[in-house]
Amino acid sequence: MAAKATFDVPQMQEYPIIPMLKPNAMKTAGPFIAKPEHQAPLGFPCELVENWEQKAVEKLGELLEKYRSLRVYLDACVRCGACTDKCHYLLGSADPKNMPVARQDLLRQIYRRYYTVPGKIFGALGWEWGKKLIGAKDMSKEVLDDWYNYFHQCSQCRRCSVFCPYGIDTADISMAAREIMDSIGQGQKYCNEIIGKVFKIGNNLGLPGPALQDTLEGLEEDVEFNTGVKVRFPLDVEGADILLVTPSADFFAEPHVDGLVGYAKVFHQAGVSWTMSSYASEAGNFGMFIGSYENMRKISLRIRKAALDLKVKRIVFGECGHAWRVAYSFMNTLAGPFDFLDPKYPVPQHICEFTNELIKAGKLNFDKSKNDHLKITFHDSCNVARATRMGDVEGGQFTIPREVIKAVCNHYYDMPAETIHDKTFCCGGGGGLLTDDLMDVRIKGALPRMQAWKQVVEEQGVTHLAAICAICKSQFTKVLPYYGFKLDQVVSVHQLVSNAIILDGQTEE
Amino acid sequence: MGFLTGFYALFFYVAVLIFLVGVGHKIYEYARTPAPLKVPTMPAPLTTTGVAWRLTTEVVFFKSLFRANKWIWILGWVFHFCLLLVLLRHLRYFIDPVWLWVDLLQPFGKYAAFGMVAGLAGLLLRRIVVERIRYISNPSDYIMLILLLIIGMSGSMMTFVKHTDIVQLKAAFLGFLSLNWQYNLPADPILFVHLTAVFALMIVFPFSKLLHAPGIFFSPSRNQVDNAREKRHLAPWAAKLEN
Ligand code: HEM
Ligand code: HEM
Ligand code: SF4
Ligand code: SF4
Repeated sequence: MAAKATFDVPQMQEYPIIPMLKPNAMKTAGPFIAKPEHQAPLGFPCELVENWEQKAVEKLGELLEKYRSLRVYLDACVRCGACTDKCHYLLGSADPKNMPVARQDLLRQIYRRYYTVPGKIFGALGWEWGKKLIGAKDMSKEVLDDWYNYFHQCSQCRRCSVFCPYGIDTADISMAAREIMDSIGQGQKYCNEIIGKVFKIGNNLGLPGPALQDTLEGLEEDVEFNTGVKVRFPLDVEGADILLVTPSADFFAEPHVDGLVGYAKVFHQAGVSWTMSSYASEAGNFGMFIGSYENMRKISLRIRKAALDLKVKRIVFGECGHAWRVAYSFMNTLAGPFDFLDPKYPVPQHICEFTNELIKAGKLNFDKSKNDHLKITFHDSCNVARATRMGDVEGGQFTIPREVIKAVCNHYYDMPAETIHDKTFCCGGGGGLLTDDLMDVRIKGALPRMQAWKQVVEEQGVTHLAAICAICKSQFTKVLPYYGFKLDQVVSVHQLVSNAIILDGQTEE
Repeated sequence: MGFLTGFYALFFYVAVLIFLVGVGHKIYEYARTPAPLKVPTMPAPLTTTGVAWRLTTEVVFFKSLFRANKWIWILGWVFHFCLLLVLLRHLRYFIDPVWLWVDLLQPFGKYAAFGMVAGLAGLLLRRIVVERIRYISNPSDYIMLILLLIIGMSGSMMTFVKHTDIVQLKAAFLGFLSLNWQYNLPADPILFVHLTAVFALMIVFPFSKLLHAPGIFFSPSRNQVDNAREKRHLAPWAAKLEN
């Protein structure tokens, strides 16, 4: 753990407190900048274009024509301050530019300068006091540096939007800013490299078909060894009923893979035919992180194509947060209509919806005592909680995963009410921040969640945190040690299902 | 018509014109610009009626703000509610005969002045005292509050301390509205302060954060129905990508 010392880990407090501001506390050069080979496949310029100041302003104008959200959000903020203490990065780092409104203002100052009447007048006259008066700024290197740094300290979690009286969503503003930066040639390496891999190979990890096949066969052997039951992990099976699309981390990362085993057992026990696709072997859609409608659409179309090619009747998504946002909220628009699928089922479905329906119908049997060594709490992933739904009633995204957990575990406890459901805190690694070059940001952003967790650990003796998002799981396994927890204290929801489910013909362990 | 009255009549027309055209244009822009993706902040209503109710709770009670911060909520809500009463009470200067309900509101509108000023003063104090809000404030944010305080205090002066000739004022304004300039405004400096600030507010309205008033109705995170899986939501520019 030598690396530990290099990060300044914030102190966990007895009660959450709002820190005194520390200007520039997080002023850095930002994450690694995308290289030409990461930019080109996405259709972005390979390096900062010549007249980028002007191009950035023009791109903002183009986005204002395309997105009403941007227009309204940039106009409407009254600087009431309601959002200022709501962002986990502010709470963890105290850098004032991590206050959602201050983050928005980085873009708003350019909007005010170039797209409002007073800004244009003061700009034309060169009146600095006038620009200052209304919070307008000329486009400059300094502004771009701030954009690059602070728009990559936003995990697009939407917590600020919940509390803003006008619902101003800093996530949307961050996406727009990243799209502008991409369009002038300053992209982020992590996101753009990954999108390139999806286009080339089919998933974020760059795992090619044969390797995937191997991994899945390995899983089949493991499960058979442990249970005596041959549970299949099918790949590219034409004519299967269900296409499962899951984040590629599920194929080998811990604890993700235990979740995948859980889905397979549920499908097996339900007696449905299902398959995964090597062409669309990725649920995550990083096109959203960079605000690129075109790239998000291209990635979604891969899923459509896989569904058509494999002639499936339903699409089910595995445990992932941002992926579920794109799937639930955008996929029908981006890549629909899905009228070739069975109209009896919503498109797509979440694996938790799928499992919960079977549980409700009494089709699955569990030995809950198999999870008795665990005391579980559930982390509402930000994008599942605030950008999607499950089931057919408002708020199903909160109840359904909890119902699944309670059906398979005897000991369940919620974290404090201020930190769950739509008020949940992001894990600190979402929105394209899950990269080692942003480790400091990630550690600091995890503070509010860690604090809430610590409370149930101390008061209820909770031992494990269940998550339904690949990013949350990866982020927690990485940052938990910095807060004095063990990295295996994170579990997948379907890992708990996997532990407790009783398979037909199972041999006792 | 005296010079001052003429000046204020002109000022009034200019302010009303800029306000109406400016806000009208903004609303047109908001309505015209597509919202290409479903982005309601969840959990969101599943029906249009549900959305109407959600927006009502936001506009009438500032529900999200209530969940966020009780101090800002109480100060802001008192200010806005009193502002509404005051504005309704002001209708009597512009309509003749005065509608019964406007008449009935008079005593409430009168004392609402105190709530409005108190709310504004509280918001200004917070802006100065709370470090985070001070950090995010531009000079224009202070000026906006001060402008409204000037309006509120000069109005209260006329109501509670040194009355203006309301009959004459009303005659003048009804005249302005029917393009008839034969009546003079009462020569009252406080009234001129009041009117100057009011017209200034109307002029900055379409170019400032006061756009939050029409904006809230157009905010996609608040006004969208949660039905993304059932309905496609294709913007015209996005539809072009499909060919
Ligand atoms: C649909 C009508 C309106 C709604 C729903 C609305 C809502 C809000 C909300 C929720 C706030 C934030 C809380 C606060 O700081 O008070 C706010 C702030 C503000 N509103 Fe409104 N408002 C409306 C109309 C107006 C109008 C007509 C005016 C002005 C004449 C106005 C002036 C202000 C000002 C100046 C602030 C900022 C207060 C500060 O500096 O802290 N609002 N409004
Ligand atoms: C052309 C528009 C306006 C005219 C001619 C006008 C005129 C007046 C007059 C004559 C009074 C004194 C009432 C009395 O003696 O009983 C008054 C009071 C007041 N005005 Fe205005 N006013 C205008 C617009 C506004 C606006 C837009 C606001 C708020 C933003 C405002 C806020 C007040 C307040 C708070 C009072 C004191 C409380 C009351 O009597 O209602 N006025 N106004
Ligand atoms: S809560 Fe909304 S209106 Fe208030 S400061 Fe934040 S973004 Fe602006
Ligand atoms: S979306 Fe989340 S990370 Fe971004 S500013 Fe808002 S609260 Fe912070």
